[in-house]
Amino acid sequence: MPQLFRPSANSIARISIFGAVFIIASAIFLVIAFQRSSYITKAYVEVEQPVQFSHKHHVGDDGIDCRYCHMSVEVSASAGMPSTQTCMNCHSQIWADSPYLEPVRESWRTGRPLEWNRVHDLPDFVYFNHSIHVNKGIGCSTCHGRVDLMPVVWQVASLQMEWCLQCHRAPEKFVRPRDQIFNMEWQPGPDQEEKGRELVKAYDIKSPAVLTSCSTCHR
Amino acid sequence: MSTITSGRQQEMIGQDHPVIAPGHNFISVTEKIASIVLSRRTPFGWVIGATITFVMVMMLLYTITYLVLTGIGIWGNNIPVAWAFDIINFVWWIGIGHAGTLISAILLLFRQDWRTSINRAAEAMTLFAVACAGLFPLFHVGRPWLAYWLFPYPNTMGMWPQFRSPLMWDVFAVSTYGTVSLLFWFTGLIPDLATMRDQARHPLVKKIYGVLAMGWRGSARHWHRYETAYLILAGLSTPLVLSVHTVVSFDFAVSILPGWHTTIFPPYFVAGAIYSGFAMVLTLLIPIRKFYGLEDMITLRHMNQMGKVMLATGLIVAYGYLMEAFIGWYAGGYEWFMIRNRMFGPYAWSYWLLILCNIITPQLLWSRRVRENMLVLFIVSIIINVGMWLERFVIIVTSLYRDFLPSSWGMYAPRLWDFTMFFGTIGFFLFMMFLFIRLLPMIPIFEVRMLLPQSRVQSKAEAAAHD
Repeated sequence: MPQLFRPSANSIARISIFGAVFIIASAIFLVIAFQRSSYITKAYVEVEQPVQFSHKHHVGDDGIDCRYCHMSVEVSASAGMPSTQTCMNCHSQIWADSPYLEPVRESWRTGRPLEWNRVHDLPDFVYFNHSIHVNKGIGCSTCHGRVDLMPVVWQVASLQMEWCLQCHRAPEKFVRPRDQIFNMEWQPGPDQEEKGRELVKAYDIKSPAVLTSCSTCHR
Repeated sequence: MSTITSGRQQEMIGQDHPVIAPGHNFISVTEKIASIVLSRRTPFGWVIGATITFVMVMMLLYTITYLVLTGIGIWGNNIPVAWAFDIINFVWWIGIGHAGTLISAILLLFRQDWRTSINRAAEAMTLFAVACAGLFPLFHVGRPWLAYWLFPYPNTMGMWPQFRSPLMWDVFAVSTYGTVSLLFWFTGLIPDLATMRDQARHPLVKKIYGVLAMGWRGSARHWHRYETAYLILAGLSTPLVLSVHTVVSFDFAVSILPGWHTTIFPPYFVAGAIYSGFAMVLTLLIPIRKFYGLEDMITLRHMNQMGKVMLATGLIVAYGYLMEAFIGWYAGGYEWFMIRNRMFGPYAWSYWLLILCNIITPQLLWSRRVRENMLVLFIVSIIINVGMWLERFVIIVTSLYRDFLPSSWGMYAPRLWDFTMFFGTIGFFLFMMFLFIRLLPMIPIFEVRMLLPQSRVQSKAEAAAHD
């Protein structure tokens, strides 16, 4: 009677044991990497808008303050999207017949608001509040990136919970003076942690235990 | 036929049935067990049984599909009684699994030779019971697709499971139990898979068993390492089996509910698990033994011993019931109300039926005549299975439906889907047993060979005397 398995079965058996370990480890790595990729987080994905609104032009070139348009950011949970009225403050006169701006004029004529596409879309079980961050010394660029350099807005942060928590657990690494909140060019200095600790004290930022308790966000 | 009988064996026959009927040799044992699997002809009874249980598996799958699509509101669970059939069945199944490990691991540590013929089937029973049990924690949650959150893994939420919840420990206990039982069972199978490989005729069948046997050659070195590994696994499984059902009992004992917050639960749950597990082993083995004519290997001695273990654990369980009632009275207050409510409340029938099934009926097992009468033993074992299911019903439902606040009292009644899920798992369990019997040797061939007198090492003088 011939042998049941050919000698090549030896190699197959060895490779399958080694391969199983290797394949499982790579599979775990791939899943973890994929969960944090921009395919899932949508970070760095440029979102097309009904009007090709450029923050780069309005903030970077024209020097308009963030609060001119997002006016409720210091007082309300929502930063607020400017209404068509805000656009028409200028664009009733400037570029008044540009074809780019036809959707804005149409909205103005018909009274139907522009349907902007949301870039930073948190799930509805997260109750994010803009005003508290702005008032406790978290600047726009920390979370939204250099919007003054963005022709189209994209997300720079993952907006995953681990990203929120890294700051709530160590706010001193990110907090900046209140007068620098809307300064897009602000950069943390080499002594950020030291200064940050002082600001945490000065602004009475609560302890990580309070900031990372469930009801802080998931109310 | 060999007439060699060692002194020990003769002594045993004198006082008890042997663990293997006399007259067997290595070949007859191997052929007897292997032929059940390798026979080309599938017995008609097997086909009927497998078909019926397969239909029940389909019922289970239908129920689970409907459950996931609709929600757990299709069950009869309500707000005071948020745990009912789902957890009753979970505890029942996981309890049934425990006898398998007791037989294969604990009895191995005690060097009991009567474990040999029944351990493979009992371990298979453990695996399938754990598989059934595992379905309930998975699907009794409202959102089963998020059940993986119970595992500690680095995730994008920065969240970890709560290690203070016994439901969390359940995840570890049951998954470890399932894994270790599988490894233990497979380790025990390897030498037998090699026998099957060598006995099989069809080349494909040979190959399949050959791959599973992983090149077992039966060398002295193999056997030496095998015995060491098997003994260590048995040593690991023993604390595991005790802790798993302890953890399951913590699901209740850790809570503050009268009727649940009871420190006797861990040992009493473990005893109950072994009690119900042995009942299930008997429920399965008595018909299997008869159907496949295995009276030579699963002898009356096995039945007798299993009956004794059942009686012993049944008495521990009876002590548990007695203590619960006594402490209820001794503690007073809500505890005393809980016991009186169990005895005389709207679910009193379940309590008294429980006493009848679990305390009164098994007293028959004191008699050896009962333990060696297959029909009576079979009926007793079924009654105990029912009784142990009722025990979990009594513990879970009758503690929940009337507790601290009378404004939160409510009755519980199971609905159709509770039953289809339960009977579906029974079908799944039996279907897996049918597959196991057809595909794998249900009695460990090599261990039975070691029971034979021929395998005993004889001194020269002994050998000379027999020759």
